[in-house]
Amino acid sequence: MLRATLKSLLARKVRLVLSGLAVLLGVMFVSGSFVLTDAIGRSFDNMFSSALAETDVLVTAKPAIEVSEMEGEPVPGLLTAADLRRVQEIAPSAIGEISVDGARVIGSDGKVVTTYGPPRMGGNWTGEVGGLRLHEGVAPQKADEIVVNAALAKKAGIKVGDQVGVLTTKPKQTFKLVGIFGYEGGLDSRGPVDEVRFTDAVAQELMLGAEGYTSITVNSDKSPAALRDELKAGLGDRYVVQTGEEAAAAMANSFKAVLDVMNKILLGFAGVALFVGTFLILNTFSIIVAQRTKELALARALGAGRGQMIGSVLVEAVVIGLVASVLGLAAGVGVGALLAAYFANFTSLQLAGIAVPAAAVISAFTVGIVITVIAALLPAVRASRVPPVAALQEVATPDRPLTKLTAAGAIVTAAGGGAIAYGLRQQSLWFLMGGVLAAFVGVALLSPFVARPAVAMLGRLFSWSVPGKLGRLNSGRNPRRTAITAAALMVGIALVTGVNTIMTSAERSMRGDVAATFKADLVISGQESPGVQPTFDPVLLPRMQQVSGVDSVVATYADQIAVNGKPAYAQVQTDLPTVARLVSATTVAGTIAQPGPGEVVVDDNRGHALGDTVTVRSAKGTEKTYRVIGIFADTNLFGGYQFGADAIEGMRGGQPTFAYVDLADSADPAAARTALEGLLADSPEMRVQNQKEYIDNQTGEVAQFLLMVQVLLGLAMLIAVLGVVNTLALSVLERTREIGLLRAIGLGRMATMRMITVEAVVITVFGALLGLAVGVGLGSAVVEGLADEGLKELVLPWQQMGLYLGVGAVVGVLAAILPAIRAARTNVLGAIAYE
Amino acid sequence: MTLTAPVITRTAAAARAADVWKVYGSGEAQVVALRDVSVELERGRFTAIMGPSGSGKSTLMHCLAGLDAVTRGDVFVGDTKVTGLSDAGLTKLRREKVGFIFQQFNLLPTLTAEENILLPLAIAGRKPDRAWFQTVIDTVGLGDRLGHRPSQLSGGQQQRVACARALVSRPEVIFADEPTGNLDSRAGNEILTFLRRSVIEYGQTIVMVTHDANAASYADRVVFLADGRIVSSLDDPTADTVLDMLKAAAG
Ligand SMILES: Nc1ncnc2c1ncn2[C@@H]1O[C@H](COP(=O)(O)OP(=O)(O)OP(=O)(O)O)[C@@H](O)[C@H]1O
Ligand SMILES: [Mg+2]
Repeated sequence: MLRATLKSLLARKVRLVLSGLAVLLGVMFVSGSFVLTDAIGRSFDNMFSSALAETDVLVTAKPAIEVSEMEGEPVPGLLTAADLRRVQEIAPSAIGEISVDGARVIGSDGKVVTTYGPPRMGGNWTGEVGGLRLHEGVAPQKADEIVVNAALAKKAGIKVGDQVGVLTTKPKQTFKLVGIFGYEGGLDSRGPVDEVRFTDAVAQELMLGAEGYTSITVNSDKSPAALRDELKAGLGDRYVVQTGEEAAAAMANSFKAVLDVMNKILLGFAGVALFVGTFLILNTFSIIVAQRTKELALARALGAGRGQMIGSVLVEAVVIGLVASVLGLAAGVGVGALLAAYFANFTSLQLAGIAVPAAAVISAFTVGIVITVIAALLPAVRASRVPPVAALQEVATPDRPLTKLTAAGAIVTAAGGGAIAYGLRQQSLWFLMGGVLAAFVGVALLSPFVARPAVAMLGRLFSWSVPGKLGRLNSGRNPRRTAITAAALMVGIALVTGVNTIMTSAERSMRGDVAATFKADLVISGQESPGVQPTFDPVLLPRMQQVSGVDSVVATYADQIAVNGKPAYAQVQTDLPTVARLVSATTVAGTIAQPGPGEVVVDDNRGHALGDTVTVRSAKGTEKTYRVIGIFADTNLFGGYQFGADAIEGMRGGQPTFAYVDLADSADPAAARTALEGLLADSPEMRVQNQKEYIDNQTGEVAQFLLMVQVLLGLAMLIAVLGVVNTLALSVLERTREIGLLRAIGLGRMATMRMITVEAVVITVFGALLGLAVGVGLGSAVVEGLADEGLKELVLPWQQMGLYLGVGAVVGVLAAILPAIRAARTNVLGAIAYE
Repeated sequence: MTLTAPVITRTAAAARAADVWKVYGSGEAQVVALRDVSVELERGRFTAIMGPSGSGKSTLMHCLAGLDAVTRGDVFVGDTKVTGLSDAGLTKLRREKVGFIFQQFNLLPTLTAEENILLPLAIAGRKPDRAWFQTVIDTVGLGDRLGHRPSQLSGGQQQRVACARALVSRPEVIFADEPTGNLDSRAGNEILTFLRRSVIEYGQTIVMVTHDANAASYADRVVFLADGRIVSSLDDPTADTVLDMLKAAAG
């Protein structure tokens, strides 16, 4: 008896550790993301304040086009030479600075030096101010001279005296590298930012396309605050005047928004992990309560009250939650520090040191303890319902009817479905997420009801062998336990399937549109390049037109604008009617003719009527009114505001970013393509693609996004695996005697392992199937809800779904390994003597 | 080059122990459960093993059946030397040569009575001999209960299913450890009658451990163990002769 007690205690410990591990992983994820974003945030704070440490006051213009956070980057306002003079009247030492993203250096290997996102600034060299220090060479004095920061020089493999190609808003131009600079404190770079500095005039032409400045820095012997107030009073409200400190704080703040998004995404995945963990904990406590039925009944018989019973289970939960939270917090700090160090190394950021923010600690303990207690609540209540008489009876796991559970499941699922529908209609993310959550819980409640028939059906696949049949029967034995174990796996698989369904449907709709309507044979477009729209020189257009086989080439210019104050995109086609033909645009009103000065053609989704006049503010800040002369139907392929050539001067680059190429029927596409590519030698980021490549490229991001989602949801799967291991280990333990009996009548070791494996695989495949079903349900609900946004048909990602099913099966096999070995090692005699 | 044919030790015994020692633990905690036990269990006979609690009855049976390894000595089941067999060898032995009836927990709760009976054959991948199956079912009298699960059967019925399971694969020898220990005398007598009949009518070899003199009286021969040794044996026992023998051993 003692041996049995010890054994079951040990088994319980393993189970407690497993469920504790689930909490630990979730807490680790939560606190890790706080630690990580905190460290990165403070590092960037330091970077911004060091960049502005030598600046007393910074003057900038109000943004030319204000854009909300969700819509992307605002277009910065420009300060003119006249503005600079006005500031200089107040503070003679004022310097006009230019600093704009998008100066791409071509390295010594002939390739453009890319980044994974951080800006590549192009600007003017204003001397060793603002923390800049010339390390080598001299300042740029002539139009063809530049200096770059030391880290960039190293990356590009260039040295002082080299001829260096630089891409800006204009195609490639070649400069002589005359100097290499660094920063205060002996740094080679400020974080991950690359910098190229030209002379003032060149910087203005190449980076701004206008004579002006992005900011004016002022230093004087007055106090920064006094200087700021003086400038503010003297300049008026078209300007933003901040002390260096204020400006640094403002920059850091806008950057915080980015970090905040990152943090939210990480927390979202942590939430999924914890949600799955909840199932595992719930299952563990149910099992523990079931196993202790006799003990609990005895306590009841001896006079313990219901409250005491609930209390005893909950205390255990609190202890597990507490321990797991402490460990999870520690692990989270470790993981956060590790990732921060990795990030800093990757971005050459000066790491500000790791701290444990209060948010990490508070969230770790709240999440860890609350989740554990919530998960243990149901089993605790069940424990309190054990009748004292159970102590005297031989109670097998009583097969309680599933009616109530099933009814509750149906109600919760329906409520979830309703919330999802409402959320989609009202565009409310909260309702949508709440609905998804409720749907998961509802399906989890329904799953025991489905488990028996589903498991019986699935098991048929394995019934050709005796161990297979036994395994199948075992997995059908306790539908609640099977179901809850499977439900944990369901969540992860449902999420990836749902996202995949939406993505695939979106992609298919887009492909379908393109295939049906896109007539251009070739397309010239820029590679993905962070913060930059690659361009090509419009003087090439006539030469492209002359390439043999080319029927027509239409170039597109594009930039941000504000129409009647609302942010939008402007496009200028060199030949709008041809483009309209190539994209099969249909006229809704007026004509789709090439717009003349002051005219615009627009799609039917912008709320304009024929003959309306709209006020357009260009990216350079100029305002002009346009009259709507034509309206066409909006498609995935073609939409927005189409202007005439007069809008180009308001665009910052003033260079085409895209071109449609129509070939003659008799043309040799390969030859035409090679010829076009040859012409684009000075725009190495522009590429010529055929229809298919272009579409593949447009949809390539979808694949990457999916991959990321899958990787992050891997954690949820991992926790689900813990659950399966937990359930199987228990099955093996509970059935020691049976396994011994089977061994005694001739079941071999391998066959025993096969039996356990089949049990596991049936559970996980059941979970995977549930997940696929729920995922398809959620996905098609969203696709349905987004029908207005151009999602025309529901396309199921069969191949991926097959893959997830396969993953489910593999997960089962993996989870079965340890329990199966344990079962195979069952000592026949020991099992028979097992009390 | 010479070819040596494998030497097969032919014996009339269905199972045999030769100079078997079984020692549990070591040092202070050492327990000698069997001391130099040699015994032959004749083919086609019903042997009962008796003795006081702790005398080594179960141990002897486990060793004979290959469920437990002996410390010294050899064990044979039919032609097969059990000592030193690998797990695969033991599995094969269990599939082909031996059958078991335990005191309780004999059946898998997920399977019906019929499936339980046929389980050893299914595991071994053998086809049941339908006529023999029918005979066995008739012998134990389970005809109308075949579709029931163990939880729907009484303890006596469950033991009958266990008997049928042991009989159906026609093993060399059936080992039964107190098969009637948990039953009342009527159900116990029924089981013992079946075992007796299968010995007489089908020539089945059975070895049964029991505490009960009445149960032992169904056997052809009783072997008495005391303190890990075989102390005596009795042919064609009756309840009275067995009781006398036990008294003599105790006294
Ligand atoms: N696994 C074991 N470890 C140590 N000692 C054991 C073990 N199994 C049995 N023994 C000891 O071996 C001796 C013989 O045990 P065995 O179970 O064979 O007795 P038995 O005759 O079947 O008794 P009972 O009639 O009570 O079933 C006993 O002293 C017992 O304590
Ligand atoms: Mg015994």
